[in-house]
Amino acid sequence: MSLFQAQGLVKRFGGLVATDNVSIAVEPGEIHALIGPNGAGKSTLVNLISGLLPLDAGRLELDGVDLTALPPHQRVRAGLSRCFQVTSVFKGDSVRSNLLLAAQAHAGSSFRFLSRRAGEQTLMETALGLAEKVGLSDVLDRTAGTLPHGVQRKLDVALALAARPKLLLLDEPMAGMGPEDSLQMVALIEKLRAEAAILLIEHDMDAVFQLADRISVLVYGKVLTSGDAEHVKGHPEVQAVYLGTEATA
Amino acid sequence: MNASASLPTSAPAARRGGGFGAVLPWLLLALLAAFPLIAPHFELEYYVGFVRRLLIVMIAATSLNFILGYGGMVALGHAGFLGVGAYTVVALVDAGFSSAWLAWGAALVVTAAFATLIGAVSLRTRGVYFIMITLAFAQMLYYLGVSLRTYGGDDGYGIYTPLSLGGWLDAQPNAFYWAVLALAALIFALGSRLAVSRFGLALMGIRDNETRMAALGFPVFRLRLVAFAGAGAVAGLAGALLASHNGFVSPSMMHWTESAILIVMVVIGGMGNRWGGVIGVGLWLTLEEVLKMYTEYWHWPLGLLLIAIVFFAPRGLAALFGSKGERA
Repeated sequence: MSLFQAQGLVKRFGGLVATDNVSIAVEPGEIHALIGPNGAGKSTLVNLISGLLPLDAGRLELDGVDLTALPPHQRVRAGLSRCFQVTSVFKGDSVRSNLLLAAQAHAGSSFRFLSRRAGEQTLMETALGLAEKVGLSDVLDRTAGTLPHGVQRKLDVALALAARPKLLLLDEPMAGMGPEDSLQMVALIEKLRAEAAILLIEHDMDAVFQLADRISVLVYGKVLTSGDAEHVKGHPEVQAVYLGTEATA
Repeated sequence: MNASASLPTSAPAARRGGGFGAVLPWLLLALLAAFPLIAPHFELEYYVGFVRRLLIVMIAATSLNFILGYGGMVALGHAGFLGVGAYTVVALVDAGFSSAWLAWGAALVVTAAFATLIGAVSLRTRGVYFIMITLAFAQMLYYLGVSLRTYGGDDGYGIYTPLSLGGWLDAQPNAFYWAVLALAALIFALGSRLAVSRFGLALMGIRDNETRMAALGFPVFRLRLVAFAGAGAVAGLAGALLASHNGFVSPSMMHWTESAILIVMVVIGGMGNRWGGVIGVGLWLTLEEVLKMYTEYWHWPLGLLLIAIVFFAPRGLAALFGSKGERA
C-alpha cells in the first residue's frame, strides 16, 4: 500500500475548477515529482494537501491515518511537513532561534509558561542536529533575513524536517536559485530521500529528471500522465504542453 | 554565496541583559516600596495615591502589551476587561462581601471567562476586522454597564467602605499601596518570564509568521486564545484594583477611548518590550498630571509627544534605552 494517497481531490474557486479530481500517491522512500506549466494548479494542490485550503471533495491518507478532516498543524503531527515556494522563515530571528522554534513544535507542549526555554538542552541538540543535516552550522548566529536566498531556502527545509516527517512536501525548492545553489539543493534532497518520502513540486526540469522516481504532469488542474522520466519525456501531450503551444513553463 | 562570513550580531544586546539591566527592576521595586514612608517628609502624600493609580494602570498596560506586542493582536477593547473586573467587585460589594482578596480573585476568574468567550469569536478574524470586533465587544460591555440600573447605570456605583485586606493589614494605611505594588511586580516578573518561555516564544513566532507556525505544527488558535484570555484576566484584576482605588465604578472606564489610550501608552513605551507598559504609563500619566497644573489644553503636548515617538522612536522609548527585545 502506498505511504501517501490523495484520492479525487477537488477545489473550485467560483466557476474555476483549480483542482479537478486529482489522485496522487507516494510510495515509501520515493521521490514523486509534480510538474506542470504555470497556472496548472500545483500550488493549490500543495495547499490542499497541507491543509491551508479546505477541500471541496476528496480524501487524504498518510500511513493509514485519514488526514482529510485535520487542520494543518495536526497534519504535521501526523507526519506531513511542508516547505514554502516563497521562503517562509522567521526573518528577524537568528538561524538558531528559527531551528529552536521548529524543534519546540515537536518536543513537548508549547503551553509551558514559567520555565526558560533557553535552559532546554535537548531542544538545542535537536536544533544543532537540524543545522548539521542541511549545512547551516556555520551561520547559526546570523539573522535569518540577512542570509543569501539559497541559505534561507535550506533553513526553510530544515524547519520542515524538525517534524521528522513521513512525507515531505517541497514546493519549488529551487525557485529563484542560481545554478550553484540548485546543485546544492539537489544534493540535499537526494540525501533526504533516506529520511522521508518526498512530493516534489518543481519547475527546474534538470533537477526533476535527476531526482524523481516518478513524475506526474498537472495541466489545467488534472493529472495528464504519470510515470518515470522516460515515459514523461516521450509523452506527446506533455511535449505539446511544454514545447508546443504553451512553451512558457 | 558566502555563508561563513558571520557578522557579530546580537552579541552586545545579549551582554546588556546582565549587569545594570538585571538590578534595575529590584532598585525600582525598593524605591517604590519605600515611597509611602518617605513621601510624608517631603509633603508628597498626595502622590502616594497617584503612584498607586500608576501601578494599577501599569498592570493593565503590561497585560495589553503581552497580546499587542508579543502576540501581535491589536485588541481595541482592553478597557472592557477592566470594566468586567471592576463590575465584579461592585457585584460582590453590593451582595455584602467585603474581602478585597475575594473580590480581586473573583474579578480575575470572571474576566478570564469573558475574555475566553470574546477571544474564541474575535480570534477567528485578522487585521482590521480583529480591531473592529474587539472594539464592538467592548462597546457592548460598555452599554451593558450603562443598562445595569442596580449598579447605578450611567451614574456609576460608589464603594463607600474600603474593601478589607484582612487582619492587621486593615490598620496599616499603606497596605493597599503595597498590595498593589506587590501585584504589579508579580505581573511584571510574570510577563518577563513568559517572554522567554516556550509559550511566549511560540506566541512571538505566530506574530511574525502565522502560516509557518501552523505548518510547523503549532496549535496557533489555542496559543492565541490562551494569551488573550490570560491578558484579559490580568486586565480584569487591574479593573478590580482600580475600583478599590477610586471607590467608584462607572461605565465610562469601559469607553473605547480608554482602550485606545492604553494602546497609545504601550506604543509610546515600547510594544513587545517588557518595560513598554511601565515606561508608557509612567510617562503618559506623569505628563498628564504635570501638564494639568499649567494648562487646560494638556492634550496638545501629549499629542505632539505621540507624533514625535512615532517618527523618532517607532519601537517605543524602551528601545531607546537599549533594553533588549527579549528574543532568545
